[in-house]
Amino acid sequence: MSATTPGLIPQGGALSLPPTFVNDDESIRSWLLTTDHKRVGILFFVATALMMALGGAFALVLRIEHLTPERTIVDALAYNRLFTMHGVVMVFLFMIPAIPGAFGNFLVPIMIGAKDVAFPRLNIASFYLYFVGAVVVLIAMQAGGLDTGWTFYTPYSVQSPSAVVPTLMGLFIVGWSSILTGLNFIVTVHTMRAKGLGWMRMPLFVWSIYGTSIIQVLATPVLGLAVALVAIDHGFDWGLFDPARGGDPVLFQHLFWFYSHPAVYIMILPAMGVVSEVVCTFCRKNPFSYRAIVYSTLGIAFVGFLTWGHHMFVAGLSVFDAGAFGILSMLVGIFSAIKVFTWVGTMYRGSIAFKTPLLYVFTFLFLFVFGGMTGIAVATTSLDVHWHDTYFVVAHFHFIMVGGTLTAYFAGLHYWFPKVTGKLYSERWGLLAAALVSAGFFVTFFPQFLLGNAGMPRRYYDYPPEYQTLHVISTVGSWVLASGMLITVGYLFWALKSGQDAGNNPWHSASYEWLTRSPPPPHNFDDTPVFASDPYDYTETGATQR
Amino acid sequence: MSDAGAEHLDHFQDLEQQAHAARLGIWVFLASELLLFAGLFALYASYRAHYPEAFGWGVEHNVRALGTLNTAILISSSYAVATSVHMLRRGRPRFAAGLLVFTLACGSAFLVVKGIEYAGHFRDGVFPGGHGEFFVGKPEGVKVFYTLYFLMTGLHGIHVVAGMGVLAWLFARILQGKLTPPHTHPLDIGAVYWHLVDVVWIFLWPIFYLTPGTF
Amino acid sequence: MNELLRRLLFLPPQASRMAEDIDGLHYFVILATMFASSLVGVVAWTFIVRFRQRTNRDATVRVESTLAFEVPMIVGVLSLFLLWWVIGFRQFLRISTPPPNTLDIYVAAKQWMWKFSYTEGPSAVERLTVPAGRPVRLIMTSRDVIHSLYIPALRLKQDVIPGRYVTMWFTADRPGTYPIYCAEYCGVSHSRMRGELVVLSDEDYGVWLANSEAQAVASRDLGGPAPPSDSNLTSVGQAVAVHRACFACHTIDGQRHIGPTWRGLYDSSVKLTDGRTVIADEAYLTKSMMEPRADIVDGFNPVMPSYHALLTEPETAALVEFIKSLRDVPTASGVALPKVETGP
Repeated sequence: MSATTPGLIPQGGALSLPPTFVNDDESIRSWLLTTDHKRVGILFFVATALMMALGGAFALVLRIEHLTPERTIVDALAYNRLFTMHGVVMVFLFMIPAIPGAFGNFLVPIMIGAKDVAFPRLNIASFYLYFVGAVVVLIAMQAGGLDTGWTFYTPYSVQSPSAVVPTLMGLFIVGWSSILTGLNFIVTVHTMRAKGLGWMRMPLFVWSIYGTSIIQVLATPVLGLAVALVAIDHGFDWGLFDPARGGDPVLFQHLFWFYSHPAVYIMILPAMGVVSEVVCTFCRKNPFSYRAIVYSTLGIAFVGFLTWGHHMFVAGLSVFDAGAFGILSMLVGIFSAIKVFTWVGTMYRGSIAFKTPLLYVFTFLFLFVFGGMTGIAVATTSLDVHWHDTYFVVAHFHFIMVGGTLTAYFAGLHYWFPKVTGKLYSERWGLLAAALVSAGFFVTFFPQFLLGNAGMPRRYYDYPPEYQTLHVISTVGSWVLASGMLITVGYLFWALKSGQDAGNNPWHSASYEWLTRSPPPPHNFDDTPVFASDPYDYTETGATQR
Repeated sequence: MSDAGAEHLDHFQDLEQQAHAARLGIWVFLASELLLFAGLFALYASYRAHYPEAFGWGVEHNVRALGTLNTAILISSSYAVATSVHMLRRGRPRFAAGLLVFTLACGSAFLVVKGIEYAGHFRDGVFPGGHGEFFVGKPEGVKVFYTLYFLMTGLHGIHVVAGMGVLAWLFARILQGKLTPPHTHPLDIGAVYWHLVDVVWIFLWPIFYLTPGTF
Repeated sequence: MNELLRRLLFLPPQASRMAEDIDGLHYFVILATMFASSLVGVVAWTFIVRFRQRTNRDATVRVESTLAFEVPMIVGVLSLFLLWWVIGFRQFLRISTPPPNTLDIYVAAKQWMWKFSYTEGPSAVERLTVPAGRPVRLIMTSRDVIHSLYIPALRLKQDVIPGRYVTMWFTADRPGTYPIYCAEYCGVSHSRMRGELVVLSDEDYGVWLANSEAQAVASRDLGGPAPPSDSNLTSVGQAVAVHRACFACHTIDGQRHIGPTWRGLYDSSVKLTDGRTVIADEAYLTKSMMEPRADIVDGFNPVMPSYHALLTEPETAALVEFIKSLRDVPTASGVALPKVETGP
């Protein structure tokens, strides 16, 4: 079993094994100074996973605090900082960088038959920018963190006596990482596809990373500007948003949301790419419409830039603006609907293997539709007046971010675990954890829709006692969710060490990354790849008998 | 960057692919930089619509001659750097290097002129954030005008310095004989960045020097 | 049916007819959401079971979508979304457009309390008292950071911004007491910045009014920074104007003096020196006191000093009320009034 197939942990007699990107040079220095996109991907994976754990820990504390209407375990000051840091860490240090940085880096060059990304040194620089920025944010947290909410609205963010400036400086640095990663992927996809691999034959995951990268490059600079202006106002008292000096605090919101709405598409597009891959592989089927997915991806990337005002319906926009942003928001929702339709259609007459990645995808489909349509609901202007800044919105975006993106992240984690490590995880534990994560998620966040309906505002430390029951249910759900995730960490670590060898293509997938060994060799392919086949061809005559 | 000749980096198939990737890369980066400035231009537009008189007054109060001088300086520098690229491709590295020196000199001159202007403002008691004697008794819009002025020209100045750094490094590489045909695309990239610096100024110039409106 | 769904969805009582209408759209949208997600889940599950894998190297047939599938689906879903937009936007227009002759109440938000100033009756902290069945308009500003006035029972919310006046209007139809929350994070006690909306029937409102007027003491001499909270706002405004020497430049009988007259000023159309024409609403009047050089009336000189540091919020509100009260007063003969146009 282990004598002939290379695994993540080299066995004795390693000299006779073909080299993988792991065992080719195992020194720490070679990892820290790597320019190999696969290793950069793993660095991103580890760093972002740690940030996810940190953000998750904050969330658990927040939920415990909400077991009672008044003080449970922390005071108001600490609570306000905790929910802010939960948002900052989760959005900027996990959700934005994780799938592109980890999965994108590892897979995109392989999926297009390239040896690496276009700018490998820029790639490792991107990782270190992320790392340094994250460290600065963590240092700011040590200094007490900030309490403005992850949205940093002025004038409060300029006035708040908390670690606003160092946190924003850290985020400014992290933003650079995002821009350069996006730049790298755009150039890679344009210039480094294997000979003969046209745009319309690339794996859909590559398209999703490409669409994400466009958003990263164009939107992130505006966030950088917005946070820099707040930091400057806070640190040097330049008062650009200070009404007493003629400033307009609402202008900050325009700058902030101009980035932060497209940012949510940075968070979901890569996840959608994962879903496309998992659906096709585990249903052994071509996508119901490849073009529909491609055009929807581009549609989301572009139209997503035109909808930011729907976060500001009650902020003082004109009625005309509210109407315009409302319609555009309806339009952007259609693209997601097209994708869901396509994924479900792909399952029709497939050969469906009920494995952990597919169970996560099933959960994704239900939760994403629910979350997405509640997004359409809050885009309905009159309804948003009631729901804005309540737990309804909190539930909506957690359905998409956790029920959508995180679920897809777990699907991809399990799907590509054998690709990266050459090992198999335990399917029984995987299914159990997936069930716990799915159920735990729903129990945590569905009650929050009801809390929002009932009028419970977000970012509230204390709450009226009539809301307690729903809060308690939500908190118990968070424990189930957390247990599912912890179990996952457990069996994956175990599989890393002692898992069964996977072989090169345990899922018998037709997609291009499975054409090479698992784990891949240092330059991705032993021979120059020629991608003659369709990555989704599972027909009788297709070259799928792997 | 690799050394002279048709050698190319290992992960590319050939030099042509590497040069193509580098060129596409700088244009993508430029898109990013444009969005950064676009946010500030949007703030300017919004505040100007709100305070037309104060902004017009602020524009009139700037020294138009100095702004125009700076425009001329930067346009000349762009012409020089473009010619430098052309010369390098033609296999005339010393000429190309000389033109880069001229470009760098223009960049320095720009910064000196800007420094003179800033000094003038500080002398008048104009500081960003509406701090300073100058603002007493003046409408609020004037404070916003000058804060934006310092922000936008300051950010632009940082880019001038960064561009000069890039060009200086390229200058060194040319002198070391590392950039010869066919491997000349690094200078293309540096030149494109410098053109961005110039283009941003071309838009800063009218909004801060040429449009006093009616007040 | 409405009541059943309302309770099922944990919605608060509907204190206005507008709230009922909004809830109607809410039910439509939420039920469709639940239906769609369940449908997707059921169909996906059906496929998973029906097309489960036999061997892990099974081949499948190539199935491609056609326009016949895509177009109806896209058109159908988009039409549904746009229908919601149309209904929602029309409702939004209604809640954004106050009718004429509202009962105006001034609201000042500050960290961490709500202050309500009435034209009739004493101002109050946290308690907003309104008559049932009558349109009420809240005119709101903040003293410091952005807050948001949220009344769940009315399904209404409006961000309250420093340096600006914003409005929110409603007609509360059902007497009762309803919670008010701040819905924009504003600092450590954000979650304690609450209030209550007290909706009184006509009869009860009359009683409340009578009680509060009996307590009102008209004060003509204000030395301190704030008027007594139990005074009628219009007379307070007049007193402030006397105290601050406004009448040195402004008349109340229609005659032009150093500054424009206040008679008939409120809600009139004013031409400014820079060519713009604005409506003299609360925001304009307040701005004229705070930033007098910003909007100079055509034909006048920019000589008015700023009262930014001299007037408190309640005093400013009182002055505005006083100027409003001069809207319909008959003019001195021979004086041409500026044309009165109602606002947009």
